[in-house]
Amino acid sequence: MKLAIWTYEGPPHIGAMRVATAMNGVHCVLHAPQGDSYADLLFTMIERNRQRPPVTYSSFQARNLGQDVAALFKTTLSQAYERFQPQLLLVGASCTAELLQDDPGGLARALKLPIPVIALDLPASSKKENWGAAETFYQIVRHLADIDVRPTPRIGRRPCCNLLGPAGLGFRHRDDAAEVTKLLAMMGVDVALCAPMGASPADIARIGRADFNVVLYPEIADPAARWLERTFHQPIVRTVPLGHGATRDFITEIARVADVDPAPALLADPSRMPWWTQSVDSTYLTGKRVFIFGDATHAIAAARVAHDELGFQIAGLGTYNREFAREVHAAANLYGIEALITDDHLDVEARIAQLQPELVLGTQMERHIAKRLGIAAAVISAPVHVEDFPARYSPQMGFEGANVLFDSWVHPLMKGLEDHLLTMFRDDFEFNDASGPSHLSQHRPVAGGPRPSSDVRPVWAAEAERELGKIPFFVRGKARRNTEQFAIDRGVAIITLGTLYDAKSHLAG
Amino acid sequence: MTVEPIALRKKGSFDVPVPPPNILRERGQQQMFCGLAGIIWLHRKMTDAFFLVIGSRTCAHFLQSAAGVMIFAEPRFATAILEERDLTGLADPEDEIEAIVARIIERRPDIRQLFLVGSCPSEVIKLDLSRSAKRLSAKYFPQIVVRQYTASGLETTFTQGEDACLAAIVPDLPAEKPHDGRSLLILGSLPDIVEEQFRRLFDALGIGPVTLLPQSRSADLPRVGPRTHLLLAQPFLAETARCLEQRGANRLPAPFPFGVEGTTLWLKAAADAWGIDEDRFEQVIAPARDRARRALAHHQRRLRDKRLFFFPDSQLEIPLARFLSRELGMTLLEVGTPYLHSGLLAAELSLLPPTTRLSEGQDVERQLERCRASRPDLVVCGLGLANPLEAEGLTTKWSIELTFSPIHGFEHAGDLAELFSRPLARRDLLKVGP
Repeated sequence: MKLAIWTYEGPPHIGAMRVATAMNGVHCVLHAPQGDSYADLLFTMIERNRQRPPVTYSSFQARNLGQDVAALFKTTLSQAYERFQPQLLLVGASCTAELLQDDPGGLARALKLPIPVIALDLPASSKKENWGAAETFYQIVRHLADIDVRPTPRIGRRPCCNLLGPAGLGFRHRDDAAEVTKLLAMMGVDVALCAPMGASPADIARIGRADFNVVLYPEIADPAARWLERTFHQPIVRTVPLGHGATRDFITEIARVADVDPAPALLADPSRMPWWTQSVDSTYLTGKRVFIFGDATHAIAAARVAHDELGFQIAGLGTYNREFAREVHAAANLYGIEALITDDHLDVEARIAQLQPELVLGTQMERHIAKRLGIAAAVISAPVHVEDFPARYSPQMGFEGANVLFDSWVHPLMKGLEDHLLTMFRDDFEFNDASGPSHLSQHRPVAGGPRPSSDVRPVWAAEAERELGKIPFFVRGKARRNTEQFAIDRGVAIITLGTLYDAKSHLAG
Repeated sequence: MTVEPIALRKKGSFDVPVPPPNILRERGQQQMFCGLAGIIWLHRKMTDAFFLVIGSRTCAHFLQSAAGVMIFAEPRFATAILEERDLTGLADPEDEIEAIVARIIERRPDIRQLFLVGSCPSEVIKLDLSRSAKRLSAKYFPQIVVRQYTASGLETTFTQGEDACLAAIVPDLPAEKPHDGRSLLILGSLPDIVEEQFRRLFDALGIGPVTLLPQSRSADLPRVGPRTHLLLAQPFLAETARCLEQRGANRLPAPFPFGVEGTTLWLKAAADAWGIDEDRFEQVIAPARDRARRALAHHQRRLRDKRLFFFPDSQLEIPLARFLSRELGMTLLEVGTPYLHSGLLAAELSLLPPTTRLSEGQDVERQLERCRASRPDLVVCGLGLANPLEAEGLTTKWSIELTFSPIHGFEHAGDLAELFSRPLARRDLLKVGP
């Protein structure tokens, strides 16, 4: 057993859901106990999807255990097929169902459905979310790719590629796919297919028509890309265009593989990032010690940006996905440090505390660790929370992505500097808490927040004051103000518990 | 609409099981949480307890998804994730649990009670957590009490996790002493502020001593016996109530303390048991009750005649539907509940409009079809359904908020109504659209 409070990755069936949710015309039927449907809310809340994920759960309970549970799975499967009429069915088991003797694949075959059904093997006690996504995508490609489909001769047409890897719940996948598509268009390269995001089973069948594959997220796309390379001889572009330099390398690699001229794209380079980082304003960034942790792809790319493009010193580098430990070790060697490969956030916390960096680039978890340690932080990788599925366009890849990286990494440092200066000058006569912002001097606040204006201030009875203290801090100020105004309006001199609740009921709604 | 004072009924009259009208029992795909969710509020309430789930990565992932930001505040819960060697029998699960518990106690020496919480995987492989609990209790006696219960999806739905947890405490409650007088035991975790509001009312009525389950500290376990009067603050505690009744406690039948009517009848049940006369009762509750009426008046205009559809989630649905229909004039289309205990809900069911369609359990696709067909003005549902239904043009109130917000009693009646009127107000307010 392994003690876990926080997990960087979910179980492998979550990875399968991320692929199914990203695609069109796919439905996934999971043999899973009642309660496992919690995973739906990751998609409807964090990613803010408008549709429920295309997943049906058998929802078995204790009373179904025994013979009943296999029959329940078959019923669930045929009902899901009837209702959703997908072009492709994925069937699999979550961790609990994996422990039962039912065989989702065999049960599905027995139904003889007129569409392809792929049985997924998702070993929950040894593998995790990214593996589940990669395996699911690989199985889909392997089962559906029509091996007779080949690229048409290049004469009289633009080169075209597949973009592989963008999936549901991916950190900035939506905008990265758009940004990379723009970049390729600038070079005269078309995207034949982006998958799994936005692809249908029919699209996957024709995956062989592209000249080559661009792997944006190796954690998800690598096994599929390798199989395509073996089967269709489609070359793989492995440079991930994360950062300004990597984007230029990506252009060069695309140009070589697609046999096009890189010069126009390199010359057009619209990025503001190189000048921002060269400008004198950025000099103080030099040698800032940064700790980097995340999925391997984002962590390795972030280290290069931090070192080569922002002039930081890499104090630590690590990843939670062991599948890419070798690559991260190699990257850490470049900076003369030892990589941290762990999925235990307490190890990460200990390393950060020991290194005391000035900036932490990591996942949601590192953001919280850094907050606890009083260190500036920015998010560079999944797992992320709802705020990292923004409404605004904010890719990490390509030239615009480099702009986004500069802003989002430098802001917390500037905030930190600002806080430091404010603390340093806190006792200054015109720069203390009570004097307020200088440009708002006419609205100088009274200490303790805004209060109703009156000469006769009501007094709080001790009991009422205590009760006020139980109100959550983020509405306490409003409650205090409203209650005092209520008391003033009624000429009440002493605020009792009764006054507090009278005011609350008066103002409800 | 004004809320008319209701005729108070005599104690015991609610105990007559009312056959639920129009009940639909469905089985199929469910969109509900498992009982592990209870840990998220129980660990806030029981300040010296630690909850260790013996389960899979899925369990850990669920807890962190449901707990949101709370996960980072050094929470007093964690998962012991079963690995390959645990499943193949290469590792002795009891030794593994013992080693993990030792690590936890080293990190959190302030812990006084530890719960080993069973999950679907631990149940399917038939891990005997009660043996581990006994062994660990002996090892850590008297510093720490170790208990176990199951909150698996196989056995429990959402709030039933609290029921399973509290039921596991009941055998440890000390028995009443011979000289003990009668006492009132309030069952069900309530936000601190609500707890204190109720305590003040009971004090003013002269009802006491009042004890609570759960208690914030394990040293304060209430005594239980034939002079204990039991008042349920939450509708999902059937098993705990049964265990307490077995130990002699007398359950006071009452509706649940939501809104003016529910709170009045709930307090009245205790007042009658203590023989408090009508005038005294009226005098004590009048100020808070009148405030609650005024607070509700703010929401009556917006909610009156609005058609409401409840998806099952927490077992709070029936009491809340009663409140919304009787005190705010909403029309009930369907009230879904994961589990309907007609004995505990007898008083509630007798107050529901007889035409209400009740459903127990779920086949989510069929329930969605009924929901869409009836075009409700407001749908109460979980987070997996809320945004998709909004995208279809329906207005939703996500139900999990109802288990985390203070909604009980007079002083929160207005807040409770606001939880339902706010989504409608927002829909009227927003001038964006496709």
